[in-house]
Amino acid sequence: MIDLIYLTVLLPLIGFAINGLLGPKIKNEKVIGVIGSGAVGISFLISLGIFFELLGKPAAERHFIVNLFQWIKVDYLNIPIGYQVDPLSILMALVVTGVGFVIHVYSIGYMHGDKGFWRFFAYLNLFIFAMMNLILADNFVLLFLGWEGVGLCSYLLIGFWYDRKFENSTTADAAKKAFVVNRIGDFGFLIGMFIIYLTFNSLRFEEVFAQVKLGGIPESTFNMIALFLFIGATGKSAQIPLYVWLPDAMAGPTPVSALIHAATMVTAGVYMVARTSVIYASAPTIMMVVAVVGLLTAIFAASIGLVQNDIKKVLAYSTVSQLGYMFLAMGVGAFTAGIFHVMTHAFFKALLFLAAGSVIHGMHEEQNIQKYGGLKKYMPVTYLTFLTGAIAISGIPPFSGFFSKDEILWYSYANAGFAFWLVGAITAMLTAFYMFRLYSLTFEGEGRFDHHHVHPHESPKVMTVPLIVLAILSVIGGFIGIPEIFSGSGGNQIKNWLDPVFKPANSLLAKHGAHSHFEEILLMAVSVAAAAGAIYFARFVYLKRKDIAESASLKFPGLYRLLFNKYLIDEAYDKAIISPIVKVSDGFLWKFTDVKIIDGLVNKTASLIESFASQIRKMQTGVAQFYAVIMVLGIVIAFFWIMASL
Amino acid sequence: MIPIEHYLFLSSFMFVTGVVGVITRRNAIVVFMSIELMLNSANLVFVTFSSYLGNVTGQLVVFFVMAVAAAEAAVGLAIIIAIFRNKLTVNLDEINILKW
Repeated sequence: MIDLIYLTVLLPLIGFAINGLLGPKIKNEKVIGVIGSGAVGISFLISLGIFFELLGKPAAERHFIVNLFQWIKVDYLNIPIGYQVDPLSILMALVVTGVGFVIHVYSIGYMHGDKGFWRFFAYLNLFIFAMMNLILADNFVLLFLGWEGVGLCSYLLIGFWYDRKFENSTTADAAKKAFVVNRIGDFGFLIGMFIIYLTFNSLRFEEVFAQVKLGGIPESTFNMIALFLFIGATGKSAQIPLYVWLPDAMAGPTPVSALIHAATMVTAGVYMVARTSVIYASAPTIMMVVAVVGLLTAIFAASIGLVQNDIKKVLAYSTVSQLGYMFLAMGVGAFTAGIFHVMTHAFFKALLFLAAGSVIHGMHEEQNIQKYGGLKKYMPVTYLTFLTGAIAISGIPPFSGFFSKDEILWYSYANAGFAFWLVGAITAMLTAFYMFRLYSLTFEGEGRFDHHHVHPHESPKVMTVPLIVLAILSVIGGFIGIPEIFSGSGGNQIKNWLDPVFKPANSLLAKHGAHSHFEEILLMAVSVAAAAGAIYFARFVYLKRKDIAESASLKFPGLYRLLFNKYLIDEAYDKAIISPIVKVSDGFLWKFTDVKIIDGLVNKTASLIESFASQIRKMQTGVAQFYAVIMVLGIVIAFFWIMASL
Repeated sequence: MIPIEHYLFLSSFMFVTGVVGVITRRNAIVVFMSIELMLNSANLVFVTFSSYLGNVTGQLVVFFVMAVAAAEAAVGLAIIIAIFRNKLTVNLDEINILKW
C-alpha cells in the first residue's frame, strides 16, 4: 500500500490534465466535477489506507521513502523524486486530500453555471498535486517545487474572476500582489536552501537531519538557515511582515479561500518549520523570533478582525491570526500542538469559509455583514454549521479548537513564560469576540437587507452536505489530542502519533521545569472563561445594545479608524516600498536606462553606420567604365606591389 | 628569326590599346571590340611562348580563348541589342541606373 503513495500525487495531476485539456469540450458540469472531486477523493482513500497501514506498525518503523526516479543529477548534487511517508506527512496528506475533497464537492454547487467551471476544477486539482508534492517530498528541492506550485495555483485562483472588480482595483491586481509578496518569501527560502547545501552537501531531509544530529556545526549557521527558511514561511503563511497578500486573496471564489487561503496552502510554512524542526531546535534564537513573530501576528490580525465589515475579510484576518498561533507553537517548541492546530484549523476554518460562501451565495453576492441579519431562519443548515465553526475557533470545550489552542497556550506558558500566555489568551478572547460579532450580525437580530429585492435561501445539498461533514469534524476533531492531564499518561493520541517525527528536535531543546496540573487547569479555565465572556459580550453588544458599539467607535475615533484601515500597513508599504520602486523603475530604469542608454546605444550605432554609408555609397556611380578604371588601378597597384616585393 | 621581345612588345601595345579603349570610349560596341583586342593580345603571348618553348599547350589554350570569346561576343551583342531596344542608346554613360 505504501508504494502506492505516488498515486495520491499522480491522480490530481491526471485530473488536472483531463479537465484542463478537455474541459472546454466536455462542457457537462457533472462530468467535470466528478473527475475533479474523484481524483482527490481516491487520493484521500489511498492516504487513509496508508495511514492505517502505518498505524499497524510499531512507532519506530513508521518511516518510509518511496523513490520514484532521478530528477536532477549534476556532479554531487543528486535530487530524486522521492516521497516520504511518515506520521507527519501522512497526517498532512489526510487533511489536504480530505478537506480538499469536501471542498471540491462543495465547489460543484458553488461554481454552478460559471463559464470557467472546468478551469476552476483544473486549477484546484493542480493545487492538490502541488500541495501533495510539498507535503510528501523527501528533499528540499521537491518541497520547493510544491511550494512554488501552490503559489502559482494561488495566483491563478485569486485572479480566477479576472474581469471582476475587487475593492479599488481588480482581482488580477490582488493575484499579482499575492504572487509578488510570496516571491519575496520564496527568495528567503531559496537562500536558506543554498546555505543548507553549502553546509551539508545534500538537500535530502534524511541526510541533512542526520548530519544535524551529529553536531559539530556552529549555531550561527543554523541561525542563518532557520532565519531564511522562516522568511520563506512568513511569505507563504502570511505572517508579519509579509501577511498583506492574504486579506486581498479573498478576491478569489470562496471555495478557494477555504481550501488554499485557510485550510492548506497557508499552513505550508508551519509544516515546513515542523519538518525542519531539528534545524530550528538547533537555533534557539530563531525559535524565539518565530514565537514572537507568531504571537505579534496573532494579536495584530485579531485586532483588525474586530472592526471589518466584509464577511470574508474577517475570516481572512482570523486566518492570519490563527496562523500566528501555529508559529507561536513552533517557536516555543510545541511542534505537535502546532500541527494539531493546523489540522483542527483546517476543519473549522474551511467550514467557516464554506458557510460564508453559502451565505454569500444565498444573499446574491453581498459580502457586507452590515447588510445581513436574521439569516438563521432562511438558511438553517448554514446557520448551525457556522455556529459550530465559530464555537470551535473560539476555543469552547469540547469543540476541536479548544484542545489545539489550549495546548499551544499551555506550552507558551510552560516554555516561554507568562507574557506569551497572556498575549495568546487575549488573542483568544479577541477571536471569540469578532467571531461572534460576525455570527450575530449575520444570523441573528433583524434582517437589514432589502426585503423586496433580496430573498435569502438555503444552498443546495451539494453545498450543505460538505458543511455538515466539516462541522462534525470540527466538533470531534479535537478528541485525538486530549491533554494528558485529562486522559492520563500517553493518552494524547496525536502526540503519540507525531512523537517519532519530533523526537530528535525535542531532545535538542532545553528541558523546562515541571509545572503542576493545577496551573494547567487554572490557565485553561481562565482562557475558556475569557472566550465565553467575549462571546457573551459580543452577543450583548451586537444584538441588544448596538449603541455601545457605535459609541465606542465614536469615543475612540482614532483607534477605530486605525483598526478599520488595518493599521494603514498597506498604505505604509505603498509609500515606503512600492511607490519608490515604481518611481525608480519609471524614471531611472525605464526612461533613462532603457530608453536613453540601451535604446540609445542601438540607435546611435545604426545612425553612425548610416551617415558613414551615405557618404561612401556615392562611389557606386552605376557607370561601368568607372568600375573598370578602379579594376585597372587595382591590378596596377597589385602589379607594382608584387614587383617591389620580389 | 624575330626576337621574342618584338612579339611581346606588340602584344603589350595591343593590350594597353584595349584597356584604354574600354576605359575611354562611350560606345558599347567599341568597348566590346577593345575587349576582343585584349583577348587577342593574350592569345598572341600564348602562341609566342608556345612556339618559343616548342610546347603545344599554349596553342591549345588559344583555341579555348577563341571559343569563349566567340560565345561571349554572341551573348554580349545580344545584351547590347536588348539595351538598345529599351533605351535607344548604346552610350555607356547613359546606362547607369544600377547605383545607390
